[in-house]
Amino acid sequence: MKREPLIEMNKISKSFPGVLANHNISFRVYPGEIHALLGENGAGKSTLMSILAGLYRPDSGQIKVRGRQVQFRSPRNALESGIGMIYQHFRLVNNFTVAENIVMGAKRRGIINRQESMEHKVQQLSERFGLGVDPAARISSLSLGEQQRVEILKMLYRGCDVLIMDEPTTVLTPREVQDLFKILRLMADEGKAVVLITHKLHEVMEIADYVTVLRKGEVVGSDRIENLQESDLTRMMVAREIEYGQVNRNTVPGPAVLEIEGLQVRGDLGYLAVKGATLDIRSGEIVSIAGVAGNGQRELVEALAGLRIPVKGTIRLKGKNITAFDIRKRLESGLNMVPEDRMGMGLVPNISVMDNSILRNYYQPEFSRGPFLNYPRIRKYARSLVKNYNIYLSDINYPVNFLSGGNLQKLLLGRELDKKPQVLIASYPVRGLDVAAAEAVFQLLLRERDKGTAILLVLEDLDDIFRLSDRVAVMYDGEIRAVLDAGTADINTIGALMLGAAPTGAEHV
Amino acid sequence: MELSALVPFLAAAIVAGTPILFAAAGEVMTEKSGILNLGVEGMMLVGAVIGFMITIVSGNHWAGIVAAMLGGGFMGLIHAFITVTLKGNQVVSGLALTIFGTGVSGFLGKSYQGMPTADPFTPFLVPLLSDIPVLGSILFKQDVLVYLSIILASGFWFLLYRTAWGLSIRSVGENPAAADAVGISVSRVRYLCTIIGGIMAGLGGAYLSLAYVPSWQENLTAGRGWIAVALVIFALWNPLRAVAGSYLFGGVEALTFRLQTAGIQISSFFLSMLPYLLTILVLVMVTVRLRQEAGAPLALGVPYDREER
Amino acid sequence: MYRMRMVRREHASMRVEVMVPFMSIVLAVAFGWLFLSWSGHDAAATYMRMVNGAIGSKYNLSETVVKAIPLMLAGLAVSLAFRMKLWNIGAEGQLYMGAFAASGLALACGDMSSWLLLPLMLLAGFAAGAVWGGIPGVLRAYWQVNETITTLMLNYVAIFWVSYLVFGPWKDPAGMGFPLSARFSLNAYLPVLGTTRVHLGLIIAIIIAVLFYIILNYTRWGYEIRVSGESQEAARYAGINVTRNIILVMLISGGIAGITGMIEVSGITHRLQQGISPGYGYTGIIVAWLARLNPFAIILVAFLFGALLVGGFGIQTMGISYSIVLILQGAVLFFLLAGEFFRKYRVVLTKGD
Repeated sequence: MKREPLIEMNKISKSFPGVLANHNISFRVYPGEIHALLGENGAGKSTLMSILAGLYRPDSGQIKVRGRQVQFRSPRNALESGIGMIYQHFRLVNNFTVAENIVMGAKRRGIINRQESMEHKVQQLSERFGLGVDPAARISSLSLGEQQRVEILKMLYRGCDVLIMDEPTTVLTPREVQDLFKILRLMADEGKAVVLITHKLHEVMEIADYVTVLRKGEVVGSDRIENLQESDLTRMMVAREIEYGQVNRNTVPGPAVLEIEGLQVRGDLGYLAVKGATLDIRSGEIVSIAGVAGNGQRELVEALAGLRIPVKGTIRLKGKNITAFDIRKRLESGLNMVPEDRMGMGLVPNISVMDNSILRNYYQPEFSRGPFLNYPRIRKYARSLVKNYNIYLSDINYPVNFLSGGNLQKLLLGRELDKKPQVLIASYPVRGLDVAAAEAVFQLLLRERDKGTAILLVLEDLDDIFRLSDRVAVMYDGEIRAVLDAGTADINTIGALMLGAAPTGAEHV
Repeated sequence: MELSALVPFLAAAIVAGTPILFAAAGEVMTEKSGILNLGVEGMMLVGAVIGFMITIVSGNHWAGIVAAMLGGGFMGLIHAFITVTLKGNQVVSGLALTIFGTGVSGFLGKSYQGMPTADPFTPFLVPLLSDIPVLGSILFKQDVLVYLSIILASGFWFLLYRTAWGLSIRSVGENPAAADAVGISVSRVRYLCTIIGGIMAGLGGAYLSLAYVPSWQENLTAGRGWIAVALVIFALWNPLRAVAGSYLFGGVEALTFRLQTAGIQISSFFLSMLPYLLTILVLVMVTVRLRQEAGAPLALGVPYDREER
Repeated sequence: MYRMRMVRREHASMRVEVMVPFMSIVLAVAFGWLFLSWSGHDAAATYMRMVNGAIGSKYNLSETVVKAIPLMLAGLAVSLAFRMKLWNIGAEGQLYMGAFAASGLALACGDMSSWLLLPLMLLAGFAAGAVWGGIPGVLRAYWQVNETITTLMLNYVAIFWVSYLVFGPWKDPAGMGFPLSARFSLNAYLPVLGTTRVHLGLIIAIIIAVLFYIILNYTRWGYEIRVSGESQEAARYAGINVTRNIILVMLISGGIAGITGMIEVSGITHRLQQGISPGYGYTGIIVAWLARLNPFAIILVAFLFGALLVGGFGIQTMGISYSIVLILQGAVLFFLLAGEFFRKYRVVLTKGD
């Protein structure tokens, strides 16, 4: 029996400046199916689904809903065609009740909102799909899992037949994950289609009917779950020859400089983003954290830098307990952090390059004299930064906004490296940079390592990780699952660990 | 105070509160959609002068009322254009409208200063109800616009809290991204609500020049626009509370006037300070103790940009 | 089909930075011209009379300066707060409180020598204004209470407070019932230049402008303010104590506005009275914005607005309401706001839809 696909995406391509996000992708979803979309960072899954949800327009290709070709001009169009997307950050009004959130903006008969009839309708829908939310409850009083269910109800209320969920289990407890799966199964049984954007292998094996794997913007495989094993999926996602070999080194790492023990950190939404991280970083080595974005890397880095207070755990710098130190004190103790938000946190927009060069140490005696800033010295310093780190710009008095991405990163990195830190933490240091600029950054980091600095990096690209690192720490679901030697590790093993495979125990280095 | 003095006082409180009520009810709508409008004073003045002028020219006070609403609405449109389309600074735009409105009204009204109003509004005796002793004299012998203001304020309350449109408006003011996600047009809602605010401010001004005073002179509103802004906060963004609050503030104004004419000048100034001090108090309490629960629209004053992430 | 789209600019264009304020003035003047003509007046003659009234004679010029002084100070006061994105629209009230404190001192210590009295009055004015700005500052720093509203409300409290004083305890017995305080003793008068009314306040304003320039661009604290105003995140990353700075900035901003009050009572009115300020606190906001918060530009723009105010007085004999001044001020702000948009966004024509 040939079923007609609910959604058909044919030869979809989409590129952004400098990046080909989707290339010739064909993707089909059938009614009653739970379809997992699997892929690493930057594989193109979010872009593809954003196109389906009406957020972006494809450069080429077509979309068909129930056999009819459609063109979405906005998320509203997609919603009207029955496609609803639930993001990681919920779009709910905290002050409103559940019922109000679900009903707002929906097409209706009449304009008068009767409280009881709204809640009654919501209650019915909720029972039908086993969602169990109290329509009269305020969003602010609900747990994240319950809020997610409100989002689902919102889509169902509008008659959505296709529900796209972007990494839905990040914010859920294990029990809530099971509840969610039950709900999704109920929905599928009723003929709805669910697309799960995920990187968690065991979840895919558990709940999905069908899987499509993307890599570097293309479909590398798609099949029914029965026909696949976890190892197949890992291979599809990750398998390849590493492009560049690990860079040779002639020095040997020294003793541990940064000791992280049992660190627990809360995320913005209140859930535990880092669930107990333990890691050592030695002088003269580069440790990279590998993992799909959103597994707690950002919160870990912020906690190490001093921007986020951990719930539990200790951080030691050369034996000294710095857990209670604020960001400035950590800087003075020798711990520098380069944030992923270059223009906004790392550098101040609309302010000159010269002024930006002293952002974190302007108050120190070398740059200030009493209440005044010592501009002759600052100018000299800024110029030396520009020269030493090969930053291309015409005038240090120009606002920093004028610099290109690569130069911004060189400025940022150079500024922090120049402080001769004992420990350097850098978050996505080559994000958005072209090959040449990225290479320059790599060289800087390697040079620094050879000088004896302990470096912790959060990197997106596995190839980069293998090139630069001495050791690789894989982060999944808020935990450091394994720490491996980069020279001997198998990319497939790392890939599997990134996707949630259980560590075999042989991996701590 | 004996009863015979109390009754006219309370009636006067209602009259004094009515222009503020018009303006505040409109400002509630505007702020509920997330836009802060500090131009109320200027919009009221424009409404007052245009209402006055058109009434003189046409001899019909309803023509004046309609003209005042159009004038205020037009100014609301300007504020909406600057703050919603151009994503301009709401505080500065409001101030610009106040200054501009004060100037335009003073300029246009120059030759009308001190002229008696043609066709002023007179008290309308509600049949039967106005014969009730005490209460009848206070509530049911007012001019039609007083009743209109209460009806409109109540209507706004109903709109905001009992209809789907009101839900959309409130969602835009609380979380424009959430509203946008379900297809509500944030721009359209904000435009409408800001224009409504302008229309109501124009009405409030026209009440002053056509019913309360009634005449035109420069700076007729004497800061009532600012009191209206304060009242919105004091009433915790609820139009029904604004009705009660406007009569409270109107009572302060009436009391101040009586104290001054009785020669007791001193205390009248402290009385005048009261609405402003109370508003600060309310705002602090509301903000400190989880502003969300008290009704301040969460996205008030922040321009919405879908691209901005 | 072509479609217009708004795209955020990546970086500020120097050209746009200067052109926008300039064009705003030009367009406002043009608008005023149209408005005057439409309402049946001779626009050219009006403008001529205004210019003449502002700078046509030595006396007129001095009067322009007199009006410019409080505008400079008010503009400087709010510009500091605006640098940190703190919307202090309470300069008017802070001005009144400064006037009140300075007057109190002047009335109580009329026998003190000028050399002591005037600096003390200056200090008193600053202190009172600082408190008036500091209260909203503290509320904002610790509890995120919206400073736009609190400063606005306090304006009226201050104005009524002064009214109370001049109608009540401080009313001049020899004042024929008018709401004025007694005249200050000569010791409380700010010295003036020659036979004009231009008083020492001018020097004070210029000194403060220079101080601001130095502080903002050459000191650590000024650096912190600039950074905090641009990006809260960067300020956190830099370890800057934003809470402390919010309070300090509001204190000083209020204090400078308080000085504005002091120089008005000490240099011009020589007594405390109702209506000390025809809205200097609000006009100061326009001045600061038009000058893009640059201290020296504020001095210049204040002159321009002073000329506008004085010129506006002159045309009343032509039968034109002084209100034209307000219309022009409002128009300048509108065009400035529109210009701000072009500073932040580019309008792009894209093919397709």
